[in-house]
Amino acid sequence: MIDLVAFIPRAVAQGIPLLYGSTGEIITEKSGNLNLGIPGVMYVGAISGVIGSFYYEQSLTSKDDINGFLAVFIPMLCCLVGSLIMGLIYSFLTVSLRANQNVTGLALTTFGIGFGNFFGGSLIKLSGLDVPSIALSATSACFSKTLPFAGSVGWAGKLFLSYGFLAYLGIIIALVAAFIIRKTRVGLQLRAVGEDPATADSAGINVTKYKYVSTCLGCMIAGLGGLYYVMDYACGVWSNDAFGDRGWLAIALVIFTIWRSDVSIFASILFGGLYILYLYIPAGIDHMEYKELYKMIPYVVTMLVLVITSMRNRREDQPPKSLGLPYFREER
Amino acid sequence: MDGAVYMVAVHTLCYKLGISMDTGKSNDSKKEIAISFKNVSKTFGQVKASSNVSMDIYKGEVLSLLGENGSGKTTLMNMLSGIYYPDEGEIIIGGEPVIIASPKDAFAHGIGMVHQHFKLIDVLTATENIILGMPGKLDLKNAASKIKEICDKYSFDLDPYKKIYDMSVSEKQTVEIVKVLYRGADILILDEPTAVLTPQETEKLFAVIRNMRADGKSVIIITHKMHEVLAISDRVAVLRKGEFIGVVDTDRTNIKEMTDMMVGHSISLNIERPDPVDPKLKLKVSNLSVMGSDGIEKLHDVSFDVYSGEILGIAGIAGCGQKELLESIVGLQNITSGNITYIEDDGSETSLLNKDPRDISDMGITLSFVPEDRLGMGLVGDMDLIDNMMLRSFRNGKFGFTNKKDPRELAKSVVEELEVVTPDISTPVRKLSGGNVQKVLVGREIAASPSVLLTAYAVRGLDINSSYTIYDLINKQKKNGVAVVFVGEDLDVLLELCDKIMVLCEGKVSGILDGRTAEKDKIGMMMTGSGGTIDEQ
Repeated sequence: MIDLVAFIPRAVAQGIPLLYGSTGEIITEKSGNLNLGIPGVMYVGAISGVIGSFYYEQSLTSKDDINGFLAVFIPMLCCLVGSLIMGLIYSFLTVSLRANQNVTGLALTTFGIGFGNFFGGSLIKLSGLDVPSIALSATSACFSKTLPFAGSVGWAGKLFLSYGFLAYLGIIIALVAAFIIRKTRVGLQLRAVGEDPATADSAGINVTKYKYVSTCLGCMIAGLGGLYYVMDYACGVWSNDAFGDRGWLAIALVIFTIWRSDVSIFASILFGGLYILYLYIPAGIDHMEYKELYKMIPYVVTMLVLVITSMRNRREDQPPKSLGLPYFREER
Repeated sequence: MDGAVYMVAVHTLCYKLGISMDTGKSNDSKKEIAISFKNVSKTFGQVKASSNVSMDIYKGEVLSLLGENGSGKTTLMNMLSGIYYPDEGEIIIGGEPVIIASPKDAFAHGIGMVHQHFKLIDVLTATENIILGMPGKLDLKNAASKIKEICDKYSFDLDPYKKIYDMSVSEKQTVEIVKVLYRGADILILDEPTAVLTPQETEKLFAVIRNMRADGKSVIIITHKMHEVLAISDRVAVLRKGEFIGVVDTDRTNIKEMTDMMVGHSISLNIERPDPVDPKLKLKVSNLSVMGSDGIEKLHDVSFDVYSGEILGIAGIAGCGQKELLESIVGLQNITSGNITYIEDDGSETSLLNKDPRDISDMGITLSFVPEDRLGMGLVGDMDLIDNMMLRSFRNGKFGFTNKKDPRELAKSVVEELEVVTPDISTPVRKLSGGNVQKVLVGREIAASPSVLLTAYAVRGLDINSSYTIYDLINKQKKNGVAVVFVGEDLDVLLELCDKIMVLCEGKVSGILDGRTAEKDKIGMMMTGSGGTIDEQ
């Protein structure tokens, strides 16, 4: 039997990067931009944070001198700036130059992964270690710090309090995003832009501004998912390609959650659980190959989910109407 | 804009009617001027969409803006609502010239326009749509109660929490009108508001408009329906081909006078019209009815005959069923009832009912169709001339390969014979000018040596020379014994080119006239449904 108290915290830790990614993509898609560059953005967010943290740790004479605030602030700032630049590139290409959104997004993903691996490789060389990874354990310790009494409240502490601050931040961002999109005027106008930019434009809404801001904000949020993965989940260890295809799962989650970031909190944890389920299903020593089959579970579920969600008919559950389409102001 | 504003340059010859009318002066001193145009002109390229318009709009009146398609009604109103900016002249509100550069500016001056195509977001509720883009905190409850107030005041029927996708066309229109009122508009412009409504809904709308008038608002209705003009408006302003013809009080005019102002006198275009040689019945349409996808009947009990070697002109205000009629013949429409019969040269009859274009061509019948939407239905804009020629012959290849040789020859000969201006035959069609696109399309259709040629607005947007080339091509086909159906919007052209003219009004045939003896004003009356049914055969 699966040990739930051990399993759920692992599932949550797996789910948080997906939550960041899907929240970012939901905000982006609500403006009508289909950003398939999210996997790349998450790589860039992660490596930017790693670079910041690497140089900060290098500048210290001793690991004990580490300043908790700076150790968190520098990587976060680098991560946000890195992802923001990705968002700006995407917005400039698709909104200002009206390039094809799918191609632009896929190019950014390829670019982001290459960017991450290239600079990751360089840092590994710089650190001069024999292993193909960099360990930023001091920084990671600051990121994954929990409340002091978390360890002393038994299983409840393990389930709810055993995560670093970025996990809680991700949940808060998801809730706030859901509230803004559904309940505020900014959200209403954002939805209008994603549904029908021409109508929004004639109502006096600045379509370009909404598209830029939501795309860039979405990228910054997604970038934090990459940072969380390296600094908290992977305990500060960067190795190339370790982040894998979580970015794509995050995009699939957007459809699964019907463009609702609050639903994504549960959906992300569910998918996080599916992602590591193979570790908890006893396969025995004789049949290690079964484990490989179990690793397929999240992808099989994703495919099923996409098939099932595509059969939904309610109008509210459809993608934003102008998703993926460039907006030209009508002119004679 | 209702369709492309089109104009053959000969229109510049067109002159105003000699009816004298005071356009600038107020005829009722008690009334206050809400807004006035002073010598306003607007040109698109070479086309004058509005020229030198001067008129006043009073507070608390309903003004109809009457004119045919392309007469510049919508253009003029778009200058009020901030979509276009006048090239010349000024718009005066409260004695001061104002600049209306955007819809926002228009709202600031209390002007609101309800367009023919609604600007609403489907997944949002009526309330959300109405407050969209307005500043302040989002308070849907408060907004909804304000909307209720407006609805009660003018007796609108509207549920503020209903989603747009659940609404009928008339409800959507209500949302648009309430949206304008919610923003505090005093001048409402309605662009053909009744085009999409049933008679009952129209009555309701008119009741609301009367309430708004009683409240001191100015309502401008763009229309071409005479009986509605008479039913609702205080005054009528008439435009023709961008020119302002005049304003008359509704109770001091009649349909005859308004029609005369709308269509004007005939002018001579000197289009060749050879006499038909040995006309034989080619196509028989009987009792044709077609229901549109929106449940509104587009054609009702239409019957007519088309003869070889003759040109049958079809006149009517745009959207009166012309498109559905042609599409029914070529097999692109679902027909509710009626029959379409093709008569072979030997006199045998074949029904074209429930046949798609492929069936028809498999039967060995060549119907050529020059649709209204050239780059949508006729040609593929991104493909070059050769590939576009191939659209008619792509089935001729062998073993799954296409035959490109013949289309290339055809493209070459079309370019040479019709003097198409293009860098070469491998240029994408969308890069050509409108006239050249039309020549390519007509050239291809004629090359198929059709027995019936159907054209819709063949000269729309073309300059005079290209127009005459197209008339010549059509006449050549006529001489070759082709039965031609020519849907047109310029009555002068129809009167000079066609042997017979069938007039459509709201999907019904108002009459079929002889092209050589028909009078323009009579056709005008028939087009607007005010002339009754006239048979002159």
